Amino acid sequence: MTRIGRVWRKSVDGRTAALYLLPSIILFSVFVFYPMFRTIYLSFFLTDQTGNAAIMVGFENFVYLLGSSEFQNSMKATGLFVLYTVPITIILALFFALLANEKLKGIGFFRTMYSSTMGISVAASSVIWLFMFNPSIGMFNRLLGVLNLPQIQWLLDPEWALLSVSISTIWMNIGFSFLILLGGLQNIDEHLYESSRIDGAGYFYRLRRITLPMLSPTLFFIITISLINAFQTFGQIDILTKGGPSQSTNLIVYSIYREAFINYQFGTASAQAVILFLIILIVTILQFKLGERKVHYQ
Amino acid sequence: MKMGLASKIWIYFLLIATSAFVFFPVLYAFMISFMTGPEIIQGKFFPESISFENYSKVFSRLPLLSYLLNSFIVSVSVMLGQLVVCSLAAYAFVFFKFKGRDFIFFLFISTMMIPWEATMIPNVFTIRKLDWFNTYQGLTLPFFALAFGTFLLRQHFLTIPKELHEASQIAGLSRFRFFWRVVLPISKTSLVTLGAYGFLTTWNMYLWPLLITTNQSVRTVQIGLKQLQSQEIATEWGVVMAGVIVVIIPTLLLLFLGQKQLQKGLSQGALK
Repeated sequence: MTRIGRVWRKSVDGRTAALYLLPSIILFSVFVFYPMFRTIYLSFFLTDQTGNAAIMVGFENFVYLLGSSEFQNSMKATGLFVLYTVPITIILALFFALLANEKLKGIGFFRTMYSSTMGISVAASSVIWLFMFNPSIGMFNRLLGVLNLPQIQWLLDPEWALLSVSISTIWMNIGFSFLILLGGLQNIDEHLYESSRIDGAGYFYRLRRITLPMLSPTLFFIITISLINAFQTFGQIDILTKGGPSQSTNLIVYSIYREAFINYQFGTASAQAVILFLIILIVTILQFKLGERKVHYQ
Repeated sequence: MKMGLASKIWIYFLLIATSAFVFFPVLYAFMISFMTGPEIIQGKFFPESISFENYSKVFSRLPLLSYLLNSFIVSVSVMLGQLVVCSLAAYAFVFFKFKGRDFIFFLFISTMMIPWEATMIPNVFTIRKLDWFNTYQGLTLPFFALAFGTFLLRQHFLTIPKELHEASQIAGLSRFRFFWRVVLPISKTSLVTLGAYGFLTTWNMYLWPLLITTNQSVRTVQIGLKQLQSQEIATEWGVVMAGVIVVIIPTLLLLFLGQKQLQKGLSQGALK
């Protein structure tokens, strides 16, 4: 047998494996890697209406963005939105998960209630909240009315709009975070609690010394996912505020969408997409660096 | 664990109060969907009578039935596509030894750091070039490959004893038959988890269908909601809420039935 033949035979595993991996590799190439490189490429160009690169401008698009008050505004809104939503969502979900982890009669019902928002789409949730925020017939202003407090133009007041969108987003994300955290809590070994109970340790002592440290990998995971999700927010903005009033809720993905598909400025839109990519890359790397040190794996 | 009566009551109180709080918006939307215009303006919580008028109205204003069907076709397609593509890849990572496996694995991981929104502009152009606007393949195919799904299944495949694989090779079972007859049946729970996850996320997808559908032919319910909301906003909230309830029922049912499974499966996949 020739040498080539032997090499061919020896690599049979590799070739068969390639067959199994091929669908994923082709799809990732076409719909993830190629468009990512293309986005980076386009960010250095001015484009025509159909999105073809027309004039190479180097870093002009980025220089323009960093100097534009519109983009600065969008970055600020995105940052604030992340700050408003992520910590509160996780704290609430953790509280609910701790409650739902007690072994009581009918606990399954409560678990279903807490996780319900995961089954409700962003579009449907946004429409429900749009009604609740309605200044004249929405329940929030009715409630304020009953309490004799001044009415708030929830989604129409630049001071309140981002906060209102954040409140609705917290609600939308609670179901998923709850489900993940509850799963994490249930993976904790019962024996750990039994030995501590003999010493007469109280609930909060056990929470601090056993539950939270053992839950840290799950917490770490859900914090990373929530951060990334928050930077990708789109649907609720499109339905609730359209980025307004006076751009106070123009989060980065909405800003990319508008720049690309309404203004047809694909160059600057791509530059924003590259910035979004970099932010998420940094968040992920930071999380992993911090996570390595802080997280306690079983 | 033994719990005192007082703390039991206290926990039940917290459970009831907080879960009612979480579920309130859905319940509220449900109530509104049965109300007439004047009832909504009066700010009632319970409708005076249960009438399905808003529901029949929403089906006549929008081609909601066809949107529902579209959403169903798209969600099932993505679910099946993900199951096939991800399980094939996961199988290769676990049961094959080949050069460059670590590198390819790294490539898969790296896709998780690329936010989908950062690639959407060229993706829209790709779909346009393929002439896939307003087609099911344009709505579904880009989502078949999923790194998260591959990891989830890989985790489960790794727990299959190596001896089983060796025995099957001695018995002369082909690679594919081992995958089809042994690996997949053993991993049913993970496949169900991934399937439910895929269906749920696709049903709820918003931005991509918004970009890819320009007419009603393959439009999904989520975009239908946006349409409904912008048409009816000023006057008929009851009709809008009826639309909302129709759209959330399939996924809520799926979640209620599969909540336990999903919670177990997702948290396992999350923690290597």
